[in-house]
Amino acid sequence: MEDLIRYAPDLALGFLENIKLSIVGAITSLILGTILVAMRVSPTPVLRVAGTFYVNVIRNTPLTLVLAFSALGLSDQLGLVFSAEPRINSFWIVAMGLSAYTAAFVCEALRSGINTVPLGQAEAARAIGLTFMQSLRMIILPQAFRAVVAPLGSVMIAMIKNTTVAVAGGFAAESAANMKESFDQVGASIPIFLGIVVAFMAVTLPVGWFTGRLARRLAVAR
Amino acid sequence: MSTSVLFDVPGPRARTRNALLTVASVILVGAALYGIYSGFDAKGQWRAEIWQPFLEWETWEFYIFPGLLGTLRAAAVASVLALVFGAVFGLARLSDHRWIRVPAGVVVEVFRAIPLLLLIFFIFYLAPAVAGPGDYTFMAVVVGLMLYNGSVLAEVVRAGVLSVAKGQSEAAYAIGMRKNQVMRLVLLPQAVTAMMPAIVSQLVVLLKDTALGYIIAYVDLLNTGFKILPARFFGSLIPAAIVIGVIYVALNMALSFLATWLERRSRRSRKTSAAPIEPPGQPAIGAGAGTGPQGGGVAAGRGME
Repeated sequence: MEDLIRYAPDLALGFLENIKLSIVGAITSLILGTILVAMRVSPTPVLRVAGTFYVNVIRNTPLTLVLAFSALGLSDQLGLVFSAEPRINSFWIVAMGLSAYTAAFVCEALRSGINTVPLGQAEAARAIGLTFMQSLRMIILPQAFRAVVAPLGSVMIAMIKNTTVAVAGGFAAESAANMKESFDQVGASIPIFLGIVVAFMAVTLPVGWFTGRLARRLAVAR
Repeated sequence: MSTSVLFDVPGPRARTRNALLTVASVILVGAALYGIYSGFDAKGQWRAEIWQPFLEWETWEFYIFPGLLGTLRAAAVASVLALVFGAVFGLARLSDHRWIRVPAGVVVEVFRAIPLLLLIFFIFYLAPAVAGPGDYTFMAVVVGLMLYNGSVLAEVVRAGVLSVAKGQSEAAYAIGMRKNQVMRLVLLPQAVTAMMPAIVSQLVVLLKDTALGYIIAYVDLLNTGFKILPARFFGSLIPAAIVIGVIYVALNMALSFLATWLERRSRRSRKTSAAPIEPPGQPAIGAGAGTGPQGGGVAAGRGME
């Protein structure tokens, strides 16, 4: 127990980084995922193919490879640098890799949401003369989003848990790396492990609960 | 709903517009691809000598195949263990006895909620303290994968058994079968058909997650291909990433196709009264919009790690 108390400040700071990564990742992956799903249902075959290709490649690549490639490949070799400060740079590299990875799953969730919108809705939208973008924006996506609140919540929870893989992207200031560091010094400590697990659950459980509740409130009555 | 419902069969004006959009998007996608190409080119990533190692048999023999073998070995062992774990805990959660059901539920929910990497780290550091010094990378990866994926599979098993029509078990009880017989002879055979696609999709997740072993230096494909190989052939980092990325994608897509095929087959099947359950990674929506056995999305994100 004294191990946990001794390392608590470090671990808490690390956990804060996980939260920051989660917030940045949530916002960018939702935006990117929405763009991707618009590409995948668009009337332009080229965009459909490009979107499908992206989603299938990213979804089948391990996150560890995505992050390691972002750090060692994109940043070190190809010179993609967000900041001269290494710690800040690796934060944004990881945030970018995590968002690019999560966006593929957001896209898939939204696409299955589009599949729940009844045919008649799209037909009615066309019948009153809405264009593709208009019907997508005003009819289809609002209903699709409401249908996938809970699955999107699951995607977000998985992403929060995935922030621990940041160490593969060279970002060693978050809690998994801090936990490893403390284990290097004092050996495996059950209180430290449980402390971090409880911290993660304290974030993921409310997200799950909240999105579950929101899903029930927003469910489209049909 | 197929995507084509979103827009009408294009008339002459729409066709022109679509053609213009196609041209614009070709230019856009082309520009993006060219940007990547020239970015690589500027850093000399298309030079023949850094791609050369991948044309030589030795590279595959000494670096890529041993790594691939490590990945497949960990995935195979962890899959079997996770299936056993999932079957045991999934059935335990369906038990009539509260003292079995509740602890099993707690175990499943807790292991699903723990970030897998933390679990692997913990096992990796705990093992030497318990069992003396040695190389525990393989064990840490396998046990971590087993506990996490086993817990997800436990939910799949539970959902599968619950998805068998109630009349089936009622009929079985009516002809005098015991609980054990009902489960073994009536429910499970039907549930397995319904569960199959979801199980295979989860195994794809498991295969992908073996790459976490890279972080604790388990000798897997990512490790030999992305750490050891570029160290041996200087400058080959990006080609190496592309080659092993292609291998991972090919492996996982092959498994995913198997899942889709199994799903189509079990949808056709008349031998089961259970509808195929949603793979845990994919959102459990469809007819019941989030009210399926896995709906709600409480406690765990699934499928992504």
